[in-house]
Amino acid sequence: MIAIVDYGVGNIFSLSSSFKSIGADAALTGDKKEIEKADKIILPGVGAFADAADKLKRSGLFSFLQEQCAGGKPMLGICLGMQLLFEKSYEYGESEGLGLIKGSVKPISEYIEPGLKIPHIGWNSLQFPSEKNELFKYINEGDFVYFVHSYHGADCDDSLIASTQYGGTLTAAVADKNVYGTQFHPEKSGETGLSILKAFCEL
Amino acid sequence: MITKRIIPCLDVKDGRVVKGVNFLGLSDVSSPVSLADFYSKNGADELVFYDITASSDGRKLFTDILRQVASTIFIPLTVGGGINTIDDFDRVLKCGADKVSVNSGAIKNPKLVSEAAKKYGDQCVVLSADIKRVDGKYTVFAKGGRENTGMEAIEWIKRCTENGAGEIVVNSIDTDGVKNGFDIPMLKAVCDAVSVPVIASGGAGCSQDFTDLFKAVQGVDAGLAASIFHFGEVSIPELKKKLLKDGINVRIRKDYSYDFHK
Repeated sequence: MIAIVDYGVGNIFSLSSSFKSIGADAALTGDKKEIEKADKIILPGVGAFADAADKLKRSGLFSFLQEQCAGGKPMLGICLGMQLLFEKSYEYGESEGLGLIKGSVKPISEYIEPGLKIPHIGWNSLQFPSEKNELFKYINEGDFVYFVHSYHGADCDDSLIASTQYGGTLTAAVADKNVYGTQFHPEKSGETGLSILKAFCEL
Repeated sequence: MITKRIIPCLDVKDGRVVKGVNFLGLSDVSSPVSLADFYSKNGADELVFYDITASSDGRKLFTDILRQVASTIFIPLTVGGGINTIDDFDRVLKCGADKVSVNSGAIKNPKLVSEAAKKYGDQCVVLSADIKRVDGKYTVFAKGGRENTGMEAIEWIKRCTENGAGEIVVNSIDTDGVKNGFDIPMLKAVCDAVSVPVIASGGAGCSQDFTDLFKAVQGVDAGLAASIFHFGEVSIPELKKKLLKDGINVRIRKDYSYDFHK
């Protein structure tokens, strides 16, 4: 079973439907016992970093998720959920993240040519480093995924597994052992996105 | 680099997809669920799903249809029609919408955009503006294009983006249904005024109209159309092949090693 962490942040409907469509057993839950029983964890999220980190802390899930990952359970953070994996974020001041991925979350404006629209919204293509991560075993370099974001993961070269070009190089996905994150929305990226979720289910 | 988006629009009335010429003379086309599934599998980058009668007679969206659409397709889905309150945002977001489009509701309640942006984020709030030239001035119309608000359109759009609208759909009433191309001057005026994504709507009659749009107005992020897609006059895969050939960056589907239908 895959636990989709429910902590009052984000649009969960499509995520649940995506897993259903690939035949995976996924449940939306904020209950620690349920998450503990799950084989894998999905950390969704839309909105502001500090607010989401606060909600995780208030629900007691912040340190719990850190422990679950330390035990080797695969976890995939999506969009803001990916950003929360980092050590800290500079969105509206500085806030602490889960620290499961080395690096910090910074505004994309520091990484792209001036004059481009922010947020980076729409379909963009993925580039992989020399070795392709198993999360992407069903897709190819150059495949398109759907992004909506103004911040991205920075200083994370060691865990970078995909990047995208938007007047500069932006972090599209990261991984460190059993912890994975995608800045884009696999649940909104058509069959390419479903293939990524399928690969995560098979880890 | 980011691609230009092609967006079929599903105007829905009584649970069916319809498209009127200049917003009048509705004709039944097909089921929203099967059309959405078809488009999702055939290269649409996003779908817009409007309840076109909602703002005039207060009818609520049929949320079960929306739920079915949202569990069938895995591309971004924008929902509009009858969005007048934060509760309306909540209702459609819970049924699987990713973005919510406001039109008459934002005109009636100027705080709606800012309240929604604060609660759900700018990326969630789409301002849809029906614009028509009146005495040479771009003017905002409400209630599905039936009521002249007297408001100047560019100022209105600017104000809404300042309040948190994260994307603008520009519906030109002057070119809608005429099938003679998008309203290039109107779109240029909007793109010059705002820095959020702009979606062009109204007037597409053939594939060349999309090339002309993206060549003439570089700031436009997406082209939206309904009947030419619904009636098969333009196929999205063919349209995208043409756009690529014309030097416009679009998302092309590749073959996948994993077969979902096995």
